[in-house]
Amino acid sequence: MRRLIHEWGHLIRPALVLIAAMGLFLVLRAAVIPKDFGKYGHYRPGALDLVRSRPIRYAGQETCVMCHDDEAKTRAAGKHAHVACEACHGPLAQHAGDPASVTPKLPDVANLCRRCHEKDAAKPKDFPQVVTAEHSGGAACNSCHQPHNPHL
Amino acid sequence: MDISRRDLFTMGGKLLILASVGATLEQITGSEEAPDSYKMADHWWGMIIDIGKCIGCGNCVRACSNENAVPAGYFRTWVERYQIEEGKENPRVDSPNGAIDGFPRATDEHLKSFFVPKLCNQCADSPCVQVCPVGATFVSPDGVVLVDETYCLGCRYCVQACPYGCRYLHPEKNTVDKCTLCYHRITKGLTTACCENCPTGARWLVDFKNPKDPVHEFLRRNKVQVLKPYMATKAKVYYKDLDGSVR
Repeated sequence: MRRLIHEWGHLIRPALVLIAAMGLFLVLRAAVIPKDFGKYGHYRPGALDLVRSRPIRYAGQETCVMCHDDEAKTRAAGKHAHVACEACHGPLAQHAGDPASVTPKLPDVANLCRRCHEKDAAKPKDFPQVVTAEHSGGAACNSCHQPHNPHL
Repeated sequence: MDISRRDLFTMGGKLLILASVGATLEQITGSEEAPDSYKMADHWWGMIIDIGKCIGCGNCVRACSNENAVPAGYFRTWVERYQIEEGKENPRVDSPNGAIDGFPRATDEHLKSFFVPKLCNQCADSPCVQVCPVGATFVSPDGVVLVDETYCLGCRYCVQACPYGCRYLHPEKNTVDKCTLCYHRITKGLTTACCENCPTGARWLVDFKNPKDPVHEFLRRNKVQVLKPYMATKAKVYYKDLDGSVR
């Protein structure tokens, strides 16, 4: 028996080392991989909460009209009825949460109107477009048009 | 005090009833905080883009940048302008700075020209997910392709794998970043920042698992196409009026 162990020792010893290494690997693996990994697929479910936890910057249409119902009424009567408030006024979730914390700035009219209404061959033909340089002779858009209901 | 077997059983029974009543009361009154009402299994998100309505104003690009603090010069959504001359092999495509400030005027009225807003196509069979070596990018149970920035190594395999060019390496975090379909908004009942701010209704968020979503009627009545259908990515961003020249 002793002779047998002596002869097979060079196989048994590396086998023991291998088993120990595999054991160590399993222990480390269990320690490093989160418990719920693979709950929905090959990823960490906690990542979903991480992505969800990002702050909201645009409050959304319904939130704005809760207070600003006069402007909403004016807008609803005109061509801009389906343009969201924040599309022109910018992200104002912070203002919606605490109105005093942020005072919305008035939009930069010259740029704002031009982006949508400057004539461009690629725009749909039924969309109202003007060549601003020829249209108003340099006058600001809102000196004639009321932005919430732009009809003259 | 002697306790007979009968006493023991009645006492046990009473205790059991008391305990169960207590437990039921706790369930009814809800001593714990109400659980999140959003159920991933009830949603399957996608988007409809109506090319015929896009005016190339760049509102979506600005909204996305503001909402998601996208670093300057990188885009999660952008708008391309196609100008196609008859007989020419390649269309002319431009997207100055992602169209974050709209486009310079195109005057060539006799060309076929239109705008194409682009974003992550939220593929159900996504090549970017398949190549990630560490499980940092995945399709969520509600059909949104997301990145786990704590797991991402920044190896850029997914950036190369995406057929639509929708991914970039965040210059400060050194992890991959992409459109999340505003996952932090849509899971709270809001629409995405781009859809919220589109002035012409050229793009809107849809939930394919919601039977009341107008998308079902829309898909029945309109001819739609996804980008690069031959890639078999099962993209969930459907384009109406998509021209064959768009890549």
